[in-house]
Amino acid sequence: MLTLEQAAKRFGETRALHPIDLTVSPGRTLVVIGPSGCGKSTLLGLMNGLVVPDSGRVCFAGAPLTAETVTAARRRMGYVIQEGGLFPHLTAADNVTLMARVLGWEQARIGTRLEELRQLTHFPAAGLARFPGELSGGQLQRVGLMRALMLDPDVLLLDEPLGALDPLIRFDLQEDLREIFTRLAKTVVMVTHDLGEAAFFADSIVLMREGAIVQQGTLANLSERPADPFVTRFFEAQRGHWAEGGAAP
Amino acid sequence: MTRARFASRLLPLAALALLLAPLAARAADEVRIGSKKFTESVILGEAARLLIKDAGLAVRHRRELGGTAVLWNALLRGDIDVYPEYTGTLRAETLARLKLADDAALEAALAKRGLRMSPPLGFNNTYALGMARARAAELGIARISDLTRHPGLRFGFGNEFMDRGDGWPALKRRYRLPQADVRGLDHDLGYRGLVAGEIDVMDLYSTDAEIAYYGLAVLVDDLRHFPAYRAVFLYRADLAARAPAAVRALERLAERLDAGAMSRLNRAVKLEGASETRAAAGFLSARLGTGVIADESSLGARLWQRTIEHLTLVLISLGAAVGISIPLGVVAFRRRGAGRVILGMVGAIQTLPALALLVFMIPLLGIGGPPAVVALFLYSLLPIVRNTHAGLAGIGAPLRRSALALGMEARDRLVRIELPLAAPVILAGIKTAAVINVGTATLGALIGAGGYGQPILTGIRLDDTASILEGALPAALLALAVQAAFEMAERRLIPRGLRHRVAAG
Repeated sequence: MLTLEQAAKRFGETRALHPIDLTVSPGRTLVVIGPSGCGKSTLLGLMNGLVVPDSGRVCFAGAPLTAETVTAARRRMGYVIQEGGLFPHLTAADNVTLMARVLGWEQARIGTRLEELRQLTHFPAAGLARFPGELSGGQLQRVGLMRALMLDPDVLLLDEPLGALDPLIRFDLQEDLREIFTRLAKTVVMVTHDLGEAAFFADSIVLMREGAIVQQGTLANLSERPADPFVTRFFEAQRGHWAEGGAAP
Repeated sequence: MTRARFASRLLPLAALALLLAPLAARAADEVRIGSKKFTESVILGEAARLLIKDAGLAVRHRRELGGTAVLWNALLRGDIDVYPEYTGTLRAETLARLKLADDAALEAALAKRGLRMSPPLGFNNTYALGMARARAAELGIARISDLTRHPGLRFGFGNEFMDRGDGWPALKRRYRLPQADVRGLDHDLGYRGLVAGEIDVMDLYSTDAEIAYYGLAVLVDDLRHFPAYRAVFLYRADLAARAPAAVRALERLAERLDAGAMSRLNRAVKLEGASETRAAAGFLSARLGTGVIADESSLGARLWQRTIEHLTLVLISLGAAVGISIPLGVVAFRRRGAGRVILGMVGAIQTLPALALLVFMIPLLGIGGPPAVVALFLYSLLPIVRNTHAGLAGIGAPLRRSALALGMEARDRLVRIELPLAAPVILAGIKTAAVINVGTATLGALIGAGGYGQPILTGIRLDDTASILEGALPAALLALAVQAAFEMAERRLIPRGLRHRVAAG
C-alpha cells in the first residue's frame, strides 16, 4: 500500500531521517514508536507528502508521490494529529464534511455519511453544531477521526492521536479506536511514544531512534529477540513505569 | 459558506458606492466656477454663481480651491470653467515670462491658451504697503520711496508676496529698499502684528477691509512698481460656445464693482460675519437691480450635501482599497520576495503626508473628487494589506498541515480556510483604514472635493469657530459611526468559533 525506498530527510544541518526502507501492508495496523525527536512524525509526514524526502522516494498504491500526484493521494489518506487540528471557524459537522463539500458531494450523501461516522465514533448528535472551542479533548479527537474517515480513505495516518488526553478519556478512546480499525479493516499507521498503546493497537511495530529504524516486527518479536540493547532498554523503561503504577511518559 | 456570507455582506457597501458615484460626478452642462482661498475671491465666485443661476443655468461654485497656480491649471485642464482673477497677477506672475505690455497683449496670450477674460469688474485690487497711521505720521512716511530713509523698519509680508515675481524681491530692487528685518507671515496675522507694533510695514491688498477697520496708512506707489490688478472673470473660450448665456451673465458685472464697494463686501464677510452668498446677493440686487436672492442652503441641507460628498469619497476609495489590498496581502503572504516589495511600497505611501499626497494628485488628475479618491485609496492600502498578510501569517502550523493533509487545492485552502481564519484581523485592518479615511477625507476640501473639510477650511480663513465645528463635529461623529458599524459587522461576519480570539493586528 505504502512503501518508502531509501527515503531520507534533513532539516538544515540536522539529519532527521537516515535513508529508510519500509513497507506498510494493507489492512494492517503499523505502530511507529520511539523517544521524542527520533523522527517518527517526520516518517509519517513522508507518507502523505507533508514532508518531501531529500533522496529516495515514497510510493502510494504503486505510484511515487510527486507534486502532481500528492493532492489526489492525500484524499485517499486520512490524517489525524494531536488535538485534532480542527478548523476553529467551522462547526464539528462542517469540519468533518469540508472535503466532501469541496468535491461537490450531494447534500444527502454528505448527511448519510456524517451520520454513519457519528455513530461509528460514538459522537453525540448535539455536538455536531458546536465549534471546536466548545468541545472536550476526547470529542475533538472523535471529530478529527470522522474528518479523516469522511472520504472513506484507504489509509489512516495518526500522529499521537491520544497524546493530549487525560488517562480515562484516553482509555475509552483507545477501545473505540481499536474497534473502528478492526471493523473497517483499514490500513493504519499510528505514531506514539507509549509502548502500552503500541501493544494495544499494533499488528506490527517499528521502533525508531535518532532518525533510523532500530527494529521492526511484532511486539513478541521485539521483546524476545531484541536486535539492539536499545530495544531492551526502551522496553524496560516503559515497564518500569507500569511497575510503579504511574502513567506512561 | 463563510466566504459567500462575507461577500454578501460586502455587496450592499459596493452597491451604495456605485449609487453615490454619480452624485460626485458633475452634470455635463453645469457651469463650474472656482475661487481662490481668500475671501474676496470667494465673494466674486458667489456673485458669478448667482448671476449665472439668475440666467437660468445649472451652476456650481467650488470654493477656496487654493492659490493662483491651482486655479489656473484647473481652468486650463477644464476642471472649472470660470474663476475670478486679476490682470496684474496674470501679467506679472502667471505669464510673467511673456512680458506682456498691456491688457490687450494679455487677451491675445489668453486666447492662445483657449481662455478669455470678462471686461474688468471695476476695481483694482493692487498690492500696496501699509503702516499704522500714527507710526507713519511720526516718521513722516507717505510714499514707498520714503522708506529708504528708515533702514531699521521691520517688514512683515504675506508668504505669497515674499515669493512672487511682482512681490518683495522686485519691489526691493525697484525702490532700493535697505531694510534687512523682513519676515514672511500669514497675511491675516500681518494686521495683528502691525496693530501690536511687532512689525512696522506690511503688504496690503488695496480692497482689504482691514485697511479702514484698523485705520492704516496706505503708502503711495510713487515709482509705479505694481501693475494694475484689475479684477476680471477668467473663463474657458468653450464656455462662450457651450453656454453663451453664462458669459453674458458674467458681463453684467462689468465696471459695476468699484474698490469701495469691494472693500465693503470684504468687510461685511470678514469683520461682520455675513456669508459670502449674502454679501454677494445683497450687492447684486442693490447695484444691478436683479431679483437675485441669497440662496444659502439651510444647515440641514448643507450637512446632507457634505455628508453625501464625504461618504462618496470614503466609500469609493475604501471599497477600491479593500478590493485591491486583500489580493495584495495574499500575494505578499504567498510569495516572500513579492511580499517584501508590496509591503515596502504600501508602507512608503503611508509615510507621505496626506496633504502632500493630495497635492501630488493635482497635476495627474486635476482637482475635485477623483484625485481625492485616488489619494484616499492609496492611503487606505497599508492597514488592509498589512493585516491581510499578518492574519494569514498568524495561522498556526497544525491548521496549515491539516488543510494540506486533507488534499485541498491552494485555491480552496485560501477561500475556505486561510481567509476565514484571517478574517478578524483583516476586518480590523479595514476598520483602521476606514476610520483614518474618514478623517483624512476632510483634507479633500483643499483640492475641491467638498465634504466635511469645506466648512473647516472656511472657518480657518474667517477665524470662525462655528464654521470649523460644522465640519469637525460631523467628521468625528462619522468616524465613530464607522467604528460602531465595523464592530457590528465583526459580530455578524466572524463565526462564533473565532470570536473569542483577539481581532488585533
